[in-house]
Amino acid sequence: MPAESRDVEMVIAPPSGWGSIDFKELWVYRELFGFMVWRDVSVRYKQSVLGILWALLTPLITMAIFTIIFGRLAKIPTDGIPYPIFCYAGLLPWLFFSQSLQKATLSMVAERNLLTKIYFPRLIVPMAATLAPLVDLLIASSVLFAMMFYYQIAPTPHSLYLLPLCVLWAWVTAVGVGTWLSALNVYFRDVGQLIPFVIQVWLYGSPVVYPASLVPPDFQWLYALNPMAGVIEGFRWALFAHGDPPGSLVLLSVCVSAVLFVTGGLFFKRMERSFADVV
Amino acid sequence: MIHVEGIGKRYRLGQSIRHDTLRDAIMHCVRIGRGPQNPIKGRAEDHFWALKDVSFDVAEGEVVGIIGRNGAGKSTLLKILSRITPPTEGRIRLRGRVASLLEVGTGFHPELSGRENIYMNGAILGMRREEIKAKFDEIVAFAEVEKFLDMPVKRYSSGMYVRLAFAVAAHLEPEILLVDEVLAVGDSVFQKKCLGKIAEVTTGGRTVLFVSHNMAAVQQLTSRSILLADGKLVADEETARVVAAYLSSGNQRAAAENLFTSDAQFRIRSIRFNEAAQEPGFDKPMRFDLSLSLARSFETISIGLGIYNSLGARLLTSRSVIDNLDAGNPRLSIRIPGHHLPPGNYSLALGISRGLEAIYFAENVLIFSLSDVGVSDPLIQPYLARQRDQIGAFIPGIWERV
Repeated sequence: MPAESRDVEMVIAPPSGWGSIDFKELWVYRELFGFMVWRDVSVRYKQSVLGILWALLTPLITMAIFTIIFGRLAKIPTDGIPYPIFCYAGLLPWLFFSQSLQKATLSMVAERNLLTKIYFPRLIVPMAATLAPLVDLLIASSVLFAMMFYYQIAPTPHSLYLLPLCVLWAWVTAVGVGTWLSALNVYFRDVGQLIPFVIQVWLYGSPVVYPASLVPPDFQWLYALNPMAGVIEGFRWALFAHGDPPGSLVLLSVCVSAVLFVTGGLFFKRMERSFADVV
Repeated sequence: MIHVEGIGKRYRLGQSIRHDTLRDAIMHCVRIGRGPQNPIKGRAEDHFWALKDVSFDVAEGEVVGIIGRNGAGKSTLLKILSRITPPTEGRIRLRGRVASLLEVGTGFHPELSGRENIYMNGAILGMRREEIKAKFDEIVAFAEVEKFLDMPVKRYSSGMYVRLAFAVAAHLEPEILLVDEVLAVGDSVFQKKCLGKIAEVTTGGRTVLFVSHNMAAVQQLTSRSILLADGKLVADEETARVVAAYLSSGNQRAAAENLFTSDAQFRIRSIRFNEAAQEPGFDKPMRFDLSLSLARSFETISIGLGIYNSLGARLLTSRSVIDNLDAGNPRLSIRIPGHHLPPGNYSLALGISRGLEAIYFAENVLIFSLSDVGVSDPLIQPYLARQRDQIGAFIPGIWERV
């Protein structure tokens, strides 16, 4: 609406087929997108007493628990990296991904008020929901750099571009899965109930508490089907440059993310037309 | 310019095969023994048409009212025009930005301050940041919330909240504006102000579609109206005639049930125009029966009735006090003699106060008619034929030569 000129004629007609994503329209609505991200971020820190401290406490407490259980008790090997920082480096992209995924999945139902009253490209909602956790990630990163200083680990020069790339990759994956699940959640509220379990299972299926090298070579390709395996290994490798760089299997992971991203968008678009009637 | 051509909207009916949970959907597939069923489609008998075959045109700058009873399809029509939900069939062509005031305050976040909500809400309604900035002071002044701008809106009074919400929406500048029942909000002073603002907007050369149950407002603001009944367009002409058609036969609602007041312990079980007790003839007493459900006793209750003609003009006000109502289900009846109302269609507004505090008010609670059976008065009859519903109280005076 904002940039449509008065001379442009618009046609409203029954939708047919799968339709395609209207990128031009998404661009027109970029300000609303920005406002939604801004609202999520500012509300998140206004509503809680500890405010931004939560962004630090969540990964720190999780790291402490994992370090005691998996590092001290189970003595999981970590390719020679001290367990706390190994774990923390895995938790950063993981928590960003899992929070984004969770927020995106619940976003459509949470915004039902808007969906039933105002028109805007619906895709904005799950996409905006995935961005607020980025602020948490940035805040939590400060601890990572403090830990690297403490353990005397210098980041590799690759980290300058690899870290942002990995975060982007995690985001693409979260949007891909999030659009699928948020559209489904409009019709089946169980999806929202299911999401904590999905995230928990996914956590142990990703190299957060253990290195990917622990997976037998024969199953590496299967493991690479989980895009978060690639994201987390890539993130760690960018920081520590331990062993060989993640190889060709990364390509497979990237492809899985891309497929999820594209199909998620199309599926969402297909379901979008009846959101306002069902939600 | 709006060109609506054969618009129809089909909804799924009820819960018969709607799967609110994944389990239901899975169980359904297992029972039926075929593939997963699209939760949106389903069988033909589970559908109903909220709108069917509606066509009309609105010229640029025209202000058109949309009238109809609840469930007639008014809101569905606005939802389709504002692209919230797509039509099942038909086509609409329109030119210009569309903005809707479907419900003010959409997207307000309680934790954000008034200032932040103005920006957020403006963006949701389709304003650009510069546009909001330019109008910011005007919006704040209109809403009268200058002092509370940096307070979270969760601490606003409901009046302030509604004023702010309307103010943002009212400062949109679309070419096509869809308005739905916004006037039902706020106190009466603010309602007047809203109406004034809408009148200002409508004279600004904007195309406006105005949905309301307030016939007076519709008549004040529009010259042409569309009447919807059961999803079909049944009239499209001069507002005065459409309003009269709406209020005349077929649209009567002689009883209303289960009305909730703002006091949870005071419920209106029903209010009814007692047709059976109506004697034939002109100026015979009217009777209304009121049945209440009280969770406790009430000391002083005052009940106000307002009677409007089909043009929405208030003709008559009656206000009476009832003392010492005991808890339980009291049934009350009021008799209004000497009203001087001629046969025609009327609507009733009901207001109830506990002491001095209003706990209920609604217009158009009932739509009833006084029949012309037995009216043989030669003074009234010619008027009845021509200007039914629009005469007002009829009082033959006495001329004297002085």
